[in-house]
Order: sequence, then C-alpha cells, then structure tokens
Amino acid sequence: MSNFADFSTLLDSLYYTSSTKAKTRLLCEYLARTPDPDRGWAIAALSGTLQLEFFTRSTVKNLMLAHCDPVLFSLSYDYVGEMSETVAHMWPGRDTIEANIDQPMPTLNDIIIEFSTTPKKAIPTCLAGYLDRFTPSQRWALVKLGTRGLRVGVSARLVKNILAEFASNPTIQVSDIETLWHGVAPPYTELLTWLEGKSPKPDVTDRIVFHSVMLAHPVTDDELDLMDFSQWQGEYKYDGIRVQMVASSQGIGMFSRTGDDIAHSFPDVIELWQNTGIHGVFDGELLAFTEDDIATFNQLQQRLNKKKPTKKLMNDIPCGLIIYDCIALGSDAQRRSLVELPLSERHKLFTEVMTPVTQHRLRLSPPLVIDSKDHCIRLRDEVCEQSGQRIEGLMLKRKASLYVPGRPKGQWVKFKRDPMLIDAVIMYAQRGHGKRSSFYSDYTFGCWATNDAGERVILPIGKAYSGFTDAELHEIDKWVRKNTIGRFGPVKEVAKELVFEVAFDAVHYSKRHKSGVALRFPRIHRIRWDKPANEADELETLVGMIAQ
Amino acid sequence: MTTDTRLNPHPDTWIEVCRAGIYCIPADAYIDPMQPVARALITHGHADHARGGHESVWATVETINIMQQRYGIEHAVVQTAVAIGEEINLTPEAEYPVLMSLYPAGHILGSAQIKLTYQGVSIVFAGDYKRTPDPSCPAFMPIDCDVFVTEATFALPVFNHPPIQDEMHKLMVSLARFPERCHLVGAYALGKCQRVILGLRQYGYHKPIYLHGALLKLCQTYRDFGYDLGECIAVSDVADYNTLAGEIVIAPPSALTDRWSRKLPDVLTCMASGWMQIRARTKQKRAELPLIISDHCDWQELLDTLDEICPAEVWITHGREDALMHACGKMDIHARALRLIGYEDESNE
Repeated sequence: MSNFADFSTLLDSLYYTSSTKAKTRLLCEYLARTPDPDRGWAIAALSGTLQLEFFTRSTVKNLMLAHCDPVLFSLSYDYVGEMSETVAHMWPGRDTIEANIDQPMPTLNDIIIEFSTTPKKAIPTCLAGYLDRFTPSQRWALVKLGTRGLRVGVSARLVKNILAEFASNPTIQVSDIETLWHGVAPPYTELLTWLEGKSPKPDVTDRIVFHSVMLAHPVTDDELDLMDFSQWQGEYKYDGIRVQMVASSQGIGMFSRTGDDIAHSFPDVIELWQNTGIHGVFDGELLAFTEDDIATFNQLQQRLNKKKPTKKLMNDIPCGLIIYDCIALGSDAQRRSLVELPLSERHKLFTEVMTPVTQHRLRLSPPLVIDSKDHCIRLRDEVCEQSGQRIEGLMLKRKASLYVPGRPKGQWVKFKRDPMLIDAVIMYAQRGHGKRSSFYSDYTFGCWATNDAGERVILPIGKAYSGFTDAELHEIDKWVRKNTIGRFGPVKEVAKELVFEVAFDAVHYSKRHKSGVALRFPRIHRIRWDKPANEADELETLVGMIAQ
Repeated sequence: MTTDTRLNPHPDTWIEVCRAGIYCIPADAYIDPMQPVARALITHGHADHARGGHESVWATVETINIMQQRYGIEHAVVQTAVAIGEEINLTPEAEYPVLMSLYPAGHILGSAQIKLTYQGVSIVFAGDYKRTPDPSCPAFMPIDCDVFVTEATFALPVFNHPPIQDEMHKLMVSLARFPERCHLVGAYALGKCQRVILGLRQYGYHKPIYLHGALLKLCQTYRDFGYDLGECIAVSDVADYNTLAGEIVIAPPSALTDRWSRKLPDVLTCMASGWMQIRARTKQKRAELPLIISDHCDWQELLDTLDEICPAEVWITHGREDALMHACGKMDIHARALRLIGYEDESNE
C-alpha cells in the first residue's frame, strides 16, 4: 500500500518523533515497503531537493480567503503561526471528506505529476479538489509539499545517514552517499536501487555537481586555552558569502554553501574564473570589491538575489573571490580528489596552481602564523578594528584536518569578534512561528532620539527573535500580555518600559528605516529588567558605531 | 456601547469587572474571584477559578469537596452546597433580591453555570464548559437568559476537537506498535485524568492504569461520587518499574519531562489536551503522541451554544475573544469582551 495518505502518515510520525533511532526506523520501514518513484520523491521532499513549487503561499492564501471568512482566517493564522496548518484545520471540508470517501487516494507521484503539468490558471481548482478530499493531516502534507516548506525534524544530513542505514551492503557509508548525492536527482531511483543491491553504483564523475562543504564551530575560551598553536593554521574570516567553484570541461558552477547554483547572479566572477582556465572544486569566500580593497558585506548584499545583474551594478559593485581550500583538482578523468589529504598538503597544491593567476579580485587567503592564545586574541582584535567590519574574526584550522563535509569536531573553528551591544527599548511584539507559535517572540525595539519638534521619542532600529532561552521567552511573553497598550492587527504595541541589551554584528545606514540605520543579525543579548527605559541608548550612539 | 433597552436594569449597571474578578453589586458577591473576598460564587474547582480564603462560598457539593481537598476543610468560614436547579436568595433582606441557581456546565466533576436574576433580568455565567459527551460529569444544560457569559478558550475555527474514542484509538494503535514502551500520558489532575481513564474504559481497555501520586486523591474523589474508574495502581506501589513497559501511566504534565519519569522504561510521551491539535504546541510540550482531548468547547460547539441559547447579549471572559466577537457580530448578537486577566489562558487546560 503506497499512496499520498501513507506519505502523510510518515510525515506525521516523523514530525512527532524525537529520537533519531525511531525516525531512522520509521523512514527505513517506509523505504522498504514503498515502490519507486514514490519513495524517492519522499526522500527529495524530506531533504529539500524537490525543486518544484506547485503553488505559492499566496495562491493558497487567496484560495483560503475565497472559501472562508477573511477575519477569522487572519486571526487563526496569527494564532497558529503557520499557513499550512491553518489551512489544514480551517478548510471547510468536514462534509466533503465523507462525500469523496470512494475516490481512490492518489500516489505521491500522481500528485507531483499533476501539479507540475497543470496550467497555472487551473492550479487553485486542482488544489481545492484535493483539500476537499483530504483529512487535515493530508492537507497539511500537501500544502507543505507544494510550497516547498516541508520541515518535519529530518535534516538532509539525517536523510543521508538513514539512507546509509537502509543500504543492504554494510560497507556503504554515509560518505559514499555524500559524494554521490549532488550528482543524482529526484526521484533517486538509481541511488535507491543501488542501496538495495539491485543496480550498479551511479556514475557521477563528469557532472557539474556541488560537494558538501566543511564547516567550523565557534571556538570556546576553554578550547583556546588547550590549543597547541603549532598544529593550527590561522586565516582571516572574511565577511562575505561562502561559495564553492566547480570548473570542468563541462562548464563552471558557483554554489552557495547550501548547494544552490548562484553563478547566474555573478557573471563577472564566472568570467574571472573562466580566464584562469583552472579546473577543479574550490572552496572560498565571495566578496564585493572596491578599486583597491575588499568592500563591506553591505555592498555585497546589493548583488545578492539579482537574477540578472545590470552592467552598471557590476561596474559599481564588482565581485570576486578569496580562495582558501580545494576539494579536487583537474577535470573529468584527470580529476584528483584532495579530501583525504591534510589541509597543509591541500594548501600547498592549490597555492601552486592558483598563484600564477591571482589578481585584485581573485586572491588566496594568506595563512597566518599564530603562536599563543594571547597572540590570537590580539590579532583578532587588531584585524577587526582595522578592517572596518570587512573581516569579522579569525578562522583556526587544524593543519592535519582532512576535508570532511559537515561540522566535524575539533577540526575547524571560528573566532569571531565580540558583538556590538546597545540598550534598546521594546516597542512592539508579534507572535512567533513554528516552535514559538502563539508566544510573543518577535520584538521591535528602538533607541531615543529628539524629533523636529524637540520631543524625546523612541525610533525603531530593528527586530529580533532570537538570543533568549525558552524560560526567558515565557517571561517576556507574559510581560507583553500584561503591558499591551495597543494593537495593529497581529502586532501588539507595548508600554515603553522594558530594556533589551541587543547584540549585533554590524550597523549601517539604511533608507528603509525611519531611524536611518539598520542592524546586521540583531539578537537579544540580555533582558534588562533592572534598567529604566529612559536610560536606554541614544540613536546617536548607534550612528557613531557605523563603520566608515 | 449600544445596550439592549429591553434589559432593565441592564446588567451593565449591576455587574462590574474589577481586579478581583466579576462582581455582582446588589448581591455583594464575586464570581470565581482571584483574591480572598467576603462572598464568592464558584463555578468549578480548577485552581484558576476556585481559590482558598473566602469568608462565604456557594458552589456545588462536588466543587466544595474539591476545594476542601485543595485548601483544607476550612477553606472558607461558611460553605454552602447548592443543589443543581435549587434557587437561592443571596440577599433575603433586600427590596429586590438577587436569586442564584446552578446548572451543569459539562466541564469537570461539579462544574456549574451560575445564573443570577435581578429584577427579572437574568445573566448566566457558564464558567468553563463543553458540549461533547463526557462520562465523568453531567452534560451542559442550555439555560434561557438575557446575558450569556462565555469563555473563548478555543474560539478559532481551527479548533475542531475529534471524538475522544478516536484519540483512545490512537493510543491503542501506538501501544500495539511499540509494546516495549511505557506510554506516559500527561493529563491534569482534576477532570482530564479521570476523563482519560473513563474514555479508556469505554473503549474497552480494562487493564490496570498506573497513576502518578499527585493524581490519587482526586481519583478517589471521583470514586466517592460514584464514578467507577476500574483498577488503578499508584506507580509508587510498583515493585519493578520494568513491568510498566507496554502499560499506560498517567501523570500531571509537569511530571512528563521531570526526573520522576526517567525511572519508567523507554517512555513514549503522550499529552492529553485540546491544544494538541496545533502541531507546534505538541512540540513545545515535547509530546510524541498528541491526544486531542479538551475540557472546553471547540469553535463549532461555541457557535452552536450561542445559537441555541440565543441571548440578547454575549459577554466573553477569556481566550480568543476577537474571533468570537466577530462571529457574534455575524450572528447579530451583541457581544462584549470583558478582557479578564488572571485566568490561566494557555497552560491549564
């Protein structure tokens, strides 16, 4: 028995199950009893590789608004904190489920084919038809699947681990799946039948594919104390975007750290690489550049998410790369994987290849020699200070580290600058989503300023929804409920009485905000229950922190 | 605010909302006060409605019994047990008396709606109530009144509570699938726990059910009032905890993630609550098996009740009052939100 109901039951059980062991058992059982292509589609849906968006969230919303009271929908959505679930429970289908009980349940494959071939105009009708027939759980699964928002506590990493567990041949390791992963596509039939021992291993060597990247942990003070610095290589931690360049005779790909190909947004960088003629898989940082230096992240940000950047934009904000590692060298049959070599060896090899082609916008990250913890702290503080937020700390990499995808323990660590801090007053609160659903967990806060009329006012400087513990969240939630002075739809205005110490990575000018500034990655650092609101910081102080 | 001129004197003029709770001026009495007061009328025994330390208390005999257990035999100087349907004059000396009577609310053992009549105008305080059949208390009785005061705990159309037998079925399926795991059900000590037990018995589950110590006394109270809960065993009386594999243990929600539960074998955490319909709530409670069992009306039950009673006005005490206000508007019923603070909004259900 394999159909959409079965898939929805799987999602429900995975969602509520907390132990990894139990999740593994649930998914392995599903893979064993479900034929292709349904099980492969399920794998794709879980690991986020199903690139289809059947309908947008606004299609779903509009459909919902046409079928129910808009006021009740908005109150419900605000309360539940999640669109799919609101639709699942609120869709007026109590009687239609009964009426459709004789209709056969579609398979997951039927659903995927139907939605990817139905003309856009007919999608709402098609969706409504299914919502009428489905139970609330199945509606939830369909809306989640269709809007590519499936999160049931199973990461892509866990899916790969479970696939390794599912393999009939015990010598198949998760690293084998890792290497194949980006070379095979949903519904993964060749991969799954290989895991069952029914077909040969898929051959992916000549495909332009993303290789899972190696990540770093934040370093603790204790770890720094114990470090033998002669075994570690230092590097600057540039404030850009982590990218992977994949170049072969087939072409060039530039992938974000989650495996999205972003080459189309950066034709200038691709051209730069093309001109080197170098083939291989390289790890580095994408940055914006000025005429003689690297530019701030704020500059780079204006280049992100532009499907096709204009010539002018590329001229104004040219981008380039700083390379710091290499996963493979050469092309096609001559490609040599370097992942089994220690960092010191990899470094020697790619430096040799890259040095002749380096230029202003294509650099190598210089290794730093660090001899002690004190030296390390001094260096970090100096470089953060002098770079004007272009460098956000240091990377420390064990010289002997192999290139291990994921976040292996004790191999690479990051030592970031201390965050900047400001005391701000909470102004508005909104309910959270997902895990925080129904708690007031999103806060807008502001600093003091004097307006044109000479009055003291608080101007909003940002929004944060992280940095506090669950216990603190419950306390703030209670405080918000007791101190509400106004409502604007889902937003509650609160008495200007509670001070948050807000931590953030950077601050820059912004035309979008009334206060004229915007914070980068603001989070609540401490709740200052003790501090009176009139002692919160001035907007002027914040402006003074903007890097020149 | 427009008020109904047919109501004279309008309850607006003789009922007020103050810090301690809802106050009836001519009767000098509070309904479910939060603080100790001279005269208190209590709808039911949950701690956010019934507190200790009042001078005089009127309630059903079951509620008085529950209050004595929680706050001591002498929780109030004068305790008057009122029979269902009996009419009591709260102000015998007054020119215009305030008459009170109690009717079943279908929420938990002893829960009652309070009806007050003053100069021919009547107001019913439903307290917490529900309409789904519940073997652990008499069913809600719709009472004619001018003003109906309702809760709005689950007043959103996303709340559609399934029949309890569906949820018992889920629990049985899980027991069959994971026979090696101890199924630990979180349920509040008063009402929810006994409803789960009786629900299991009705489903045909007749094995012993194991109880956390905090639930024993109130289960005994239900027995004293004639409810047959079948064989229940205190977890503390179990010699070898490993024998609880594949059994049902009920504990208060606070004990689910407590050290107490670690001694049980391979626990599968279940949570019995109306909130369990919302996925994120289940996650927040760290429950693996949500059992949607509510002591309150769901959305449709609230609307059906208002439709059935058809009062001139609806007052809403606590919960999701915005949605219910909106629905009343569409039903052409004048509604008002009292915005009471202090009732446990989210956790104690």
